[in-house]
Amino acid sequence: MTLQFKPSRRDVFKGGGSLVVAFAFAPAALAQGAVQGAAQGPAAGAKPVALDQVDSFLSIDDKGQVTLYSGKVDLGTGIRIGLQQIVAEELDVPLASVTSVEGDTALTPDQGPTYGSQTIQNAGMQIRQAAATAKGALLAQAAQHLGVDKADLTVAAGVVTARSGGGRVTYAELIGGKMFSLNLDEAAVPKNPADYTIVGKATPRRDIPEKLTGRFTFMHDVRVPGMLHGSVIRPPTLGATLQSVDEASIKDIPGVVKVVHEGDFLGVVTETEWAAVRAAREIKATWSKTEPLPEQAKLWQHVRTTKVVKDDVTSNIGDSAAAMAVAGKQLKATYDFAIHTHGSIGPSCSVSEFKDGKLTNWSASQATHNLRKQLALMLSLPLEDVRCIYVDGAGCYGRNGHEDAAADSALLAQAVGKPVRVQWSRADEHGWDPKGPPTLIDLRANIDASGNVTAWESEFFIPQGAGGNVDLLTATLSGKPADNLLSPGGITNDSAIPYKFPNIKTVCHRLETTPLRPSWIRTPGRMQNTFANESFLDEIVAALGADPIAFRLKHIDPADSRGRALLERLKQVAAWETRTAPRKQGTGTTLKGRGVSYVKYELVRTYVGIVADVEVDSAMGDVRVKKVYVVHDCGQIINPSGVRAQIEGNVVQTVSRVMKEEVLFDRGMVTSLDWATYPILRFPELPELVIDLIDRPTEKPWGAGEPSAAVVPAAISNAIFDATGARLRSVPFKRDKVKAAMQLI
Amino acid sequence: MKVSLNVNGKSAELDVADPSTPLLYVLRNDLGLHGPRFGCGLGQCGACMVHVDGEPTFSCLLPVTAVADRKITTLEGLLVDGKPGKLQQAFIDEEAAQCGYCISGMVMQAQALLNRNAHPTDDEIRSHMAPNLCRCGTHVAIMRAIKRAAA
Repeated sequence: MTLQFKPSRRDVFKGGGSLVVAFAFAPAALAQGAVQGAAQGPAAGAKPVALDQVDSFLSIDDKGQVTLYSGKVDLGTGIRIGLQQIVAEELDVPLASVTSVEGDTALTPDQGPTYGSQTIQNAGMQIRQAAATAKGALLAQAAQHLGVDKADLTVAAGVVTARSGGGRVTYAELIGGKMFSLNLDEAAVPKNPADYTIVGKATPRRDIPEKLTGRFTFMHDVRVPGMLHGSVIRPPTLGATLQSVDEASIKDIPGVVKVVHEGDFLGVVTETEWAAVRAAREIKATWSKTEPLPEQAKLWQHVRTTKVVKDDVTSNIGDSAAAMAVAGKQLKATYDFAIHTHGSIGPSCSVSEFKDGKLTNWSASQATHNLRKQLALMLSLPLEDVRCIYVDGAGCYGRNGHEDAAADSALLAQAVGKPVRVQWSRADEHGWDPKGPPTLIDLRANIDASGNVTAWESEFFIPQGAGGNVDLLTATLSGKPADNLLSPGGITNDSAIPYKFPNIKTVCHRLETTPLRPSWIRTPGRMQNTFANESFLDEIVAALGADPIAFRLKHIDPADSRGRALLERLKQVAAWETRTAPRKQGTGTTLKGRGVSYVKYELVRTYVGIVADVEVDSAMGDVRVKKVYVVHDCGQIINPSGVRAQIEGNVVQTVSRVMKEEVLFDRGMVTSLDWATYPILRFPELPELVIDLIDRPTEKPWGAGEPSAAVVPAAISNAIFDATGARLRSVPFKRDKVKAAMQLI
Repeated sequence: MKVSLNVNGKSAELDVADPSTPLLYVLRNDLGLHGPRFGCGLGQCGACMVHVDGEPTFSCLLPVTAVADRKITTLEGLLVDGKPGKLQQAFIDEEAAQCGYCISGMVMQAQALLNRNAHPTDDEIRSHMAPNLCRCGTHVAIMRAIKRAAA
């Protein structure tokens, strides 16, 4: 095989790029890679981004430095180093020689939004295949160069040598500064995991030292020459229309440049950031009065009576209706899960700049390729005139306000003809980022006289829609074009169960609307659905007088050896003691309990089992999660320290969500607009964690992160039951609900 | 108006257009520091935390005119000869950051504890760190880092 590597067009653009971004600490920032594209990258069209091209993913320069172009972005989860490990391993180059450019629509392939714990298992495998293809081509070229057989070659640290002797050649000499011009070869055989030296080893992230020394450049630190600051003023209630604006009300604030209003979009552009903050607070505007929301106290009634537009039957085995009609021990319960907000610690921020009618936008969006399309649609621009560049922001945990802030900055930049940075306020973020929708779930089961579960039925009341795009607030408010879609994420996942009962029917009633603009927030649907399923299973277990882990082992697929191994391992790690009824252990008013929960994520991937230990103050109704044991099987582990960090983060965040969190609203608008009204976990409430990773190097790598969040709510609910005999079926498990549940015993 | 500041041991003379400007905005936008961060503007999360005369302080609430000539220390001020200080290094060694947006405030808050109590108990650390929020759930690693620095 003879390969002709084409000269790179990169040289053409070297130093000629129109993009110059000034960072206060540029040299250190550039080491991160993510902002490298922003600061140095070639102009659009300089390299391919198609998913079937090796050059879309990888380049090797004349010094042997490897650049990974990744459509998936590191949202603070550590996937950057994980993907770099995959590349370094597959190419046999030092890990230190690999840097990344992420989420730049001009430079990186569209590998889909960074969500669902899919980066390693999907994008990572595309990248592994690109690297395997590249290595095959390099070895073919090396064989020709050295005049030996390809099978005789070996590679170490980017240097190819013949085992039989007779010279060496480096990747840099073979390809440096040139393009591969190769299609991704699906048949290229990746390395044997037995030969791994980089994948599977705990590897520190490179961004962390920079983040600890103040040298890291977050989205919030991006500055563009000539940049102004913008802020947005939202309607006081949802759907309110802007009737008048008193521009004179902010005339005394130094540095106001322009008040921008279009439809119900209202923004201010100023010379300084503080002026933008003040202007948003002080500007006087009048709005119409609206009351579009249901009473919060009647939320679940509202959800139950919302029009159903279709039913998604996610499993239907046997004849559950007939099995339910047979006399037996019938169990019924209703579960609900409150509306949650993403709660990024840094409110959304974005910078937009127009040059020659073309828009460049910097944001921390998890989906820059989709954002690009949305911005083009909103501003009626040709797609090729919009470039979106990812810069690391505060963690978003789903689709938060990043894209909306991007649209705000684009609209304001267009209005003033200068670059504009928009920094949302805390109230903007808590009030206007899209929310995890309210979830209502009815469950029923029938148990025959012999103690067999003969039927399982469940109904999920959840909004219609899937992943896709969440409409840009800016477009909706300004009356500009939008997709007009409801996009809550893939929330039907894990409505079906991993247990074998003879008759099962699980139905998702897809609702026409939901009170607040929905989107995906960490473990969307899977968390709510697993909460209901695993808690209701515990109700069945209690009704049968069975042990919760033994029951699960009895009813998961007998052929599912990994599921069985995980549950057996969990028994060991948590030192599980068999029990058949709530133990109500403890002294005085302090009761102790432990609960278990299990998931095979989306029924097709990562296994997680969890045991939670709680303490309940039976007089006050306060619950403390004391300790959480996690056993986790995501197949081949790329970076064990990254997987551990993700599990820690997901468990702790979910403890916060389950114990404390609920978006509050009145008839017009969200009212939980700060951390006092939407409290999250603080250090004194932190549980101890024990994490056990099952590594399976020869299996496919699956996602880590979200799956471990799915199991947390039910484990806590089941632990409270063990401690008190009371069932918590409504998230969050706040004091009043705990006391009310205990009074029902 | 003219404001003179002492930040990380260096003096700076600044012209501030609006005397109500909080210290945070001056540190970030006029002095180009990336350590202190905007989180809430309400003193509820700790992302903006700096030391003022050694005391952990929310810089998002404090008008810059109130701190003239007082000793201000940011995350950058904990560097020793340009290298991470002991606590910063402990955070690095424990990989105690995920998105890292809160982490400057975490370090500043923890450093204030270690300055007066070199060997705090777990409960003392938890209690002292209560004002600072992390959304990524990095708390477990942060606890490890503080304990490592205190060992």
